[in-house]
Amino acid sequence: MADIATHDTDHATDHGHHSSTGLSNNKLAMWLFLGSECLLFGGLISTYMLYRGRVQNGPHPSQIYDIPFTSVSSFVLLMSSLTMVLAVSSAHRKDDSKTNLWLLITGLLGATFVGGQVYEFTTFYREGLGFTTSLFSSSFYSLTGFHGVHVSVGVIMLMSLMGIIKKGKITGDKAEVVELIGLYWHFVDVVWIIIFTLVYLIPS
Amino acid sequence: MTTVTETHEDTQEHGMSDAGYIKIAVILALITALEVSTYYVDFGPLFMPALLIMMVVKFVMVVSYFMHLKFDSKIFSFLFYTGLGLAIFVYCTFLATFKFFIA
Repeated sequence: MADIATHDTDHATDHGHHSSTGLSNNKLAMWLFLGSECLLFGGLISTYMLYRGRVQNGPHPSQIYDIPFTSVSSFVLLMSSLTMVLAVSSAHRKDDSKTNLWLLITGLLGATFVGGQVYEFTTFYREGLGFTTSLFSSSFYSLTGFHGVHVSVGVIMLMSLMGIIKKGKITGDKAEVVELIGLYWHFVDVVWIIIFTLVYLIPS
Repeated sequence: MTTVTETHEDTQEHGMSDAGYIKIAVILALITALEVSTYYVDFGPLFMPALLIMMVVKFVMVVSYFMHLKFDSKIFSFLFYTGLGLAIFVYCTFLATFKFFIA
């Protein structure tokens, strides 16, 4: 009986707090947050879809989009989802060195994507597409900009997580912390899957 | 307590092997290549439905396998898909409303 009690206490310490459903509170909160993020991006995507044809001044979407370049960016972000899931898998195996390696690669791929977006925005601006040039440009920069900020926040979280793991400062379930950040990262990826198709591939 | 322990262990034991994740990533990359090909090749009337179907397939694959929603509790699926459903509802209402006013 005493053994069972010790086991239960250890388990509770290792895996954090759980709700009455038996599920992790942290994971429940993260999924709730991601559900609410769907609404944020839903609003931004609908605004873009409504205004993408409204080009009074400045270049038209088809004149400025560089599909080969954006395709490579999309591929980079997609592959970062693979490296993230491999980091989560390593964390479940309690392999800290591999977890950190995959987190580093994921962060670098994310930073490459953000760098590509900065390059794209700069190019568009030089071609005459400012934030207030047209309804299309405002909605385009708002949507892709918000997504870029999410990726940047994700990169910061990944780098911070690496530092925390190295210093051994995670109390409780380390794999769950990696998984939670992984959920956020994959969400950012699925939002880009939608943006890439609706914004770049389907002509206005 | 037993329920808590069992539920959590179930969550950890499910999921896929690393090789399985790589297979999913290869499929996703192939679908992306197919999506990009629609920019260069004329798919005629199939263009729009093909792109939308590929987008949905990629979305579901990432959410189900990489985010483990297929293997996790249904409560997580409910929370996420409720948000997504509301977002789609808002999107449809938004566009329909503007169409109405323009008409």
